[in-house]
Amino acid sequence: MVGQAEKIEAVAERLGARAGGGRSLWADARRRFLRNRAAMAGLAILVFVALFALCGGFFAQWSNEELDYMVMGQVAELGGPSLETGHYFGTDDLGRDLFARTVQGTQISLAVGVIGALIACVFGTVYGATAGYVGGRTDGIMMRLVDIFMAVPYMFVLILLLVMYGRSITILFIGVGMISWMEMARIVRGQTLSLKGREFIEAAQATGVPGPVIIARHVVPNLLGVIAVYATLLVPLMILTESFISFLGLGVQEPLTSLGALISEGAGTIAYGTMWQLGFPLLFFVLTLFGFFFVGDGLRDALDPKDR
Amino acid sequence: MSPLLSVRDLSVTFPIRRPGDMPWTRPRGLRAVNGVDFDLEPGRTLGVVGESGCGKSTLARALIRMVPATGRATWRGETDLMALTPSAMKRYRSEIQMVFQDPLASLDPRMTLGQIIAEPLRTHRPDLSGAERRTRVAEMMERVGLLPQMINRYPHEFSGGQCQRIGIARALVVEPKLLICDEPVSALDVSIQAQVVELLRELQRDLGLAMIFIAHDLSVVRHISDEVMVLYLGRVMEAAPKEDLYAAPRHPYTQALMSAVPIPDPAAERTKRIIPLKGDLPSPMDPPSGCVFRTRCVRAAADCSEKVPRPGDEAHRVACLHPGPVREEERAGAAPA
Amino acid sequence: MALLEIDDLSVTFDSEDGPVHAVNGLSLSVDRGETLGLVGESGSGKSQTAFALMGLLARNGRAKGSVRFDGHEVLGLPPREMNRLRADRMAIVFQDPMTSLNPYMRISHQMVEVLRLHRGMGRREAEREAVRMLDAVRIPGAKERIRLYPHEFSGGMRQRVMIAMALLCQPDLLIADEPTTALDVTVQAQIMDLLSELQRELGMATILITHDLGVVAGFCERVTVLYGGRVMEEGPVDPIFARPTHPYTRGLLAAVPRVDDAGGRMRAIPGNPPDMADPPEGCPFGPRCALAGPDCRTMPPLAPFEGARARACHRPIEEVRA
Repeated sequence: MVGQAEKIEAVAERLGARAGGGRSLWADARRRFLRNRAAMAGLAILVFVALFALCGGFFAQWSNEELDYMVMGQVAELGGPSLETGHYFGTDDLGRDLFARTVQGTQISLAVGVIGALIACVFGTVYGATAGYVGGRTDGIMMRLVDIFMAVPYMFVLILLLVMYGRSITILFIGVGMISWMEMARIVRGQTLSLKGREFIEAAQATGVPGPVIIARHVVPNLLGVIAVYATLLVPLMILTESFISFLGLGVQEPLTSLGALISEGAGTIAYGTMWQLGFPLLFFVLTLFGFFFVGDGLRDALDPKDR
Repeated sequence: MSPLLSVRDLSVTFPIRRPGDMPWTRPRGLRAVNGVDFDLEPGRTLGVVGESGCGKSTLARALIRMVPATGRATWRGETDLMALTPSAMKRYRSEIQMVFQDPLASLDPRMTLGQIIAEPLRTHRPDLSGAERRTRVAEMMERVGLLPQMINRYPHEFSGGQCQRIGIARALVVEPKLLICDEPVSALDVSIQAQVVELLRELQRDLGLAMIFIAHDLSVVRHISDEVMVLYLGRVMEAAPKEDLYAAPRHPYTQALMSAVPIPDPAAERTKRIIPLKGDLPSPMDPPSGCVFRTRCVRAAADCSEKVPRPGDEAHRVACLHPGPVREEERAGAAPA
Repeated sequence: MALLEIDDLSVTFDSEDGPVHAVNGLSLSVDRGETLGLVGESGSGKSQTAFALMGLLARNGRAKGSVRFDGHEVLGLPPREMNRLRADRMAIVFQDPMTSLNPYMRISHQMVEVLRLHRGMGRREAEREAVRMLDAVRIPGAKERIRLYPHEFSGGMRQRVMIAMALLCQPDLLIADEPTTALDVTVQAQIMDLLSELQRELGMATILITHDLGVVAGFCERVTVLYGGRVMEEGPVDPIFARPTHPYTRGLLAAVPRVDDAGGRMRAIPGNPPDMADPPEGCPFGPRCALAGPDCRTMPPLAPFEGARARACHRPIEEVRA
């Protein structure tokens, strides 16, 4: 018996000597993510875009509202991108500095995307996890409610809201957040249902851990991976939605702007040979989307290696 | 002395909705456990055996009120667990703990070993300080053969046997009186099974635990139990002290079950006579009338479909109208052509 | 000449943490009509051995060495020829029959397809043959039941269907990979009974892969005990069970409780199964072995003794038995 105990210890110590401290699933995922080249490229792009949005303003020689009377009226000839005039990206049709406007538009677009995704994460997770964990009739009612909301053509409602309450950025945030949480709630609920069948949840129930504590301590931490992945994929969707609305001319109000609004303007003037007015906003728009998609894909692979 | 747990007429019925049923249609009932009686003395082990679908896991979950059940389960001769409100039940949850089948799946993958073992303490002993809690966790880890330096590791870094040790430590850290083990070794390798069974016996001896040991493996149950109860389609077929049941099984089902267990001895295995079961397991939605086992029994007679056999209340209980050893001609008569 | 000869087979998997050696230098042979048990616990490499010789390794797996089936090298055969061989001459039955049956196709369709493709039968003839085969595995009402879908069978019946499918082309070698692990004991008894009867009747060689020593005792003539991807001991069933000469075999037999033995105890083998990503040096059982010494840091060769038996252990037989 004594000999056995020593053997067990010897084996265990060999194990202990190898790994030292614990290696959590998060650490594993981080390692896989860091090894994923596409995801790292995506991350680099996002960092670049974010830095551009945050610090770009310091480099701008013009503010986004100032009109450059030198180029006004002759934008196609004089308003092109140039270091001399200080219009790095050229000017828009009215002679405003496109660099400053793109910085500002990127800020707004990122904010709309991130805030929309955040609302979706918080509200959708709480709603979905509760519905899934409680189950039964509560689940039925909560999810049918989501189904009903989903059946409403949200773009139509959003446009209606913007027309009724005026075009403001607050309404835009509310509208985008309102539609984004439902998909999240559905995904989280589905995942919660499958988690609920797992033995470790059952073990916690058997011990007598109260329901809300189980949701907070066992369900949500195990969902964070899914939530993170979905959130990164949701951000570009939010940006796209905002762009679409801005493209229709119902988005943010002048002098504020967003990438969508800039693209819309740029597309309108393309016939006059001012390609840069479309090109620069579009470049940042595409970069942002690509960045988020690559990072989201990388996160998915890193967090759930079996699901490839 | 009154038994630690005295169960009478315990039944579990699951409502089953068929696809396409209207929300107001009354669901059909599936009787997963049907009229189970047993007594369990402190420090003793009850083995529960049966094949898949016999209701043995449901029985365990009914006892800790994880599934709704009817009947009585008297705890220490005073409290009927089945009649308690959920909040009143909470007190008793620390006295009855459970060990699960899949060692890895029963541990939260995002928690460290220390957090996992401490969870029942956090729930039932909020009065303990962090330091006291850590001491108890460390004591428990040592007791089940886990090393102190493992405390910050995650479940996936351990082998199946070690994970089951963690599960046992989690169950015992709140000093329960009764440990329900639901197939605790069936997912483990043979050499590890013996380790875990040895550990459970040692802990039982030291802590005076009562155990309900649920398994499909009759040889493991023989090794660890004092009494054994055989279930089939939610009903008790036979229950007896271990020695009696294994030496002289009287129910045809018990005999069939025992004859089917492979013996790791080529000579014995070659000469062994298997008592066959006829046909397939009937649907639990629509169990046979009378004796539920009659459709597969080598000895089924006309009266078996009319009368439900009762197990009686001797030490060796048999729920059969015609108990006794299966004779050679009965065996041969039922053997597949 | 033996039907199947495996010589120095190694199976390696590429993983994130470097290569994992699942099977190391395994050699064994199976004669025509022989039943061999491949016994081991998780991580012993028993299933990977079967996958390697069927050409069914996962994508990140590589097999080295030599596997000769009926005198022809099988390893490295192009997929087309491997497919042919697999269908005609070697068949495999898995633990979970649902993984190898198409859930959307009737059993009849799946069986007839195999027969038409590999034995060139006409539709009518193939159907007759399929029904005959289901009869042979004792599925009652085979004529009607052949029209059912896989999920309409119970677990035991599904395994019978799998066996029938495996036997359609009358293979020379049947590999049964834990065929009864997912089944209840009473069903297991029926399936093993059926397998041994069919094996005798058809005279095919059978490799039974299992962790259950009881099943091996009843079914096999010879047994190979694997641990950590290496052969520990091999030989005819009776002497190995009666007089094991390897500390691992001995420990394993002592760890299994017997249903027919009141006094028997389960004697645990201390320690944990080897981590195949970081295997111990030398004998894989060394860290758990009560008799291990410094010489066990080198892998002992598989040395024959008593005619048909062989063992891989540095300790003399008398010391292990003592």
